[in-house]
Amino acid sequence: MHMADALISPVVGGAMWAATAGVAAYSIKKVQTEMDEKKIPLMGVMGAFIFASQMINFTIPATGSSGHIGGGLILAILLGPYAGFLTIASVLAIQALFFADGGLLAYGCNVFNMGFFSCFIAYPLIYKVLMKKEYSTKRIFLASVLTAVIGLQLGAFGVVLETLFSGKTELPFGTFVLLMQPIHLAIGVVEGLVTAAIATYIWNARPEIMEKASSGETIGNISIKKVVAGLVAAAVVTGAGLSWFASSNPDGLEWAMIKTAGTAELEATGGLHQQLSDLQSKTAFLPDYSFQANEDQPEQSTGEGEEAWPAVDGGTSTSGLVGGSLTLILAALVGGGISLMKRRKYRINS
Amino acid sequence: MANIADSIYNMRLLDDLARQETVIHKLHPLVKLLTTVSYLTVVVSFGRYEVAGLLPLFFYPVMVLALAELPVKPILLRILLVSPFIIGIGILNPVFDQQTFVLAGREFSRGWVTFLSILLKSGLTVTAALLLIATTGMDRLAGALRILKVPRVFVLQLLLTYRYISVLMEEVARTLRAYSLRAPKQKGVHRSAWGSLAGQLLLRTFDRAQRIYEAMCLRGFSGEYHSGEINKICRWDWAYLGGWVVFFILARTYNLPLLIGSLLTGVIR
Repeated sequence: MHMADALISPVVGGAMWAATAGVAAYSIKKVQTEMDEKKIPLMGVMGAFIFASQMINFTIPATGSSGHIGGGLILAILLGPYAGFLTIASVLAIQALFFADGGLLAYGCNVFNMGFFSCFIAYPLIYKVLMKKEYSTKRIFLASVLTAVIGLQLGAFGVVLETLFSGKTELPFGTFVLLMQPIHLAIGVVEGLVTAAIATYIWNARPEIMEKASSGETIGNISIKKVVAGLVAAAVVTGAGLSWFASSNPDGLEWAMIKTAGTAELEATGGLHQQLSDLQSKTAFLPDYSFQANEDQPEQSTGEGEEAWPAVDGGTSTSGLVGGSLTLILAALVGGGISLMKRRKYRINS
Repeated sequence: MANIADSIYNMRLLDDLARQETVIHKLHPLVKLLTTVSYLTVVVSFGRYEVAGLLPLFFYPVMVLALAELPVKPILLRILLVSPFIIGIGILNPVFDQQTFVLAGREFSRGWVTFLSILLKSGLTVTAALLLIATTGMDRLAGALRILKVPRVFVLQLLLTYRYISVLMEEVARTLRAYSLRAPKQKGVHRSAWGSLAGQLLLRTFDRAQRIYEAMCLRGFSGEYHSGEINKICRWDWAYLGGWVVFFILARTYNLPLLIGSLLTGVIR
């Protein structure tokens, strides 16, 4: 479910970063006021545990295939939603940095999809409610599977929306939803079953861990309202700010939704972009060549919320091909040159 | 990240690379972080039909790779490992975007252009993120986060997670080896052992956390993580950041390859 940078736009990435930072700040405040500092090493080592346990392949009965866990739910169950959310956030940070599993700009999206939905929506609204009365193996299984499935469905839907709002892929909404949701239904069931197996084992072996976790932090109605309100505010403000900065002229049916949410495509014309291209036309040397006409040519828009399709004529494409290859060759030469010089320096030194 | 040995190797490799002392490694971590973020923003801000305009942005990873004396192969390998998902999503673009254009006398679907654009962006962004960690290291990056006022609880926990990943991965590797020796001809962990295998590991993790906390207290842990001294940002650091940002803005504003190409083809004509 990790989203890469290549598939998101700066506006979506920035808005989700703001939302995630808001939830994280709130969680940190909660962790600091409600828990003892003992929990910090526990959170750290639990993050490492999730990382390592993702390497365990669990055989799925009757299918012959195997799956692994994501870990969001077990963290929420054992550490509570706030510490669980922060722990998932640091696991995702390390995955993004060291394994390129999810991008840095998409980090906000990823933490939100995999952390927020399971820790702040599915866990308090389903797991906590179902487990309120009593602990039993059956209840743990029921609650875990339901919570994992709903959490992952919401997360998968988040991926769909964020990708579509970013407008980098041509996938229609319906197709994307049909691709994502069923796959994550299966993943959710496995996640729930494995989480339930682990939770039952812990409940039998060390019940005090589960009891502490569930009695420690109750999510009252007020706090969840606060979280959601703060979050929406952060996302809207950032989205609106960024899109104001980027200009505000999105067209097309699909992007009407974004408009109401207060965000828009960065690639729109007018505003800042117009100013820049004005500046460009003033400062461009060689104004007679086709690269300049490129900016002014009417776009061959299909009217479906497309961005300007660069007009391709013989002149521009030849210029583009020649210039493009030259740029790459130049980059390679510069890199090679530096390496060569460095190597020579070492040889002289040694 | 299916293979434990591969994952441990990858983390150690990046750790090792980050310990070098080149011009890039010596830069202030915050400067490198800000440069990376502005680079990523510029790369993803390009429209979906942009290909030529992205090419000048190759200069950044190439220069950093060369100046930081990093090996190219492991980085390229990482990009290849990530690409299946990107290709999976992007390959559908030519299917859904049926509009065509003519290049060099042949007709192509516009979807191929968006696909190529996505591939380029994916390669560039993945490389930039890896270069950041390979030239900075986790400790110094955490220092930069503290300068940015990221709360210490989060930074501390991030560093602890990072520190204990290799420890716990080795433990998981031992456990899985022991299990597989006792369960021949099995692909994964059987359903009957799901809870006990992962649960045991989890309980040991809890106990380990307790020991770590006690050890930290005995060594005077007061809630703050001390990562050693990080130098102040000097003039050269600012110049590095400023230089790249100016270049990124130029590359974003002007289609440099097209400019160069027009200049050349114009001259030839």
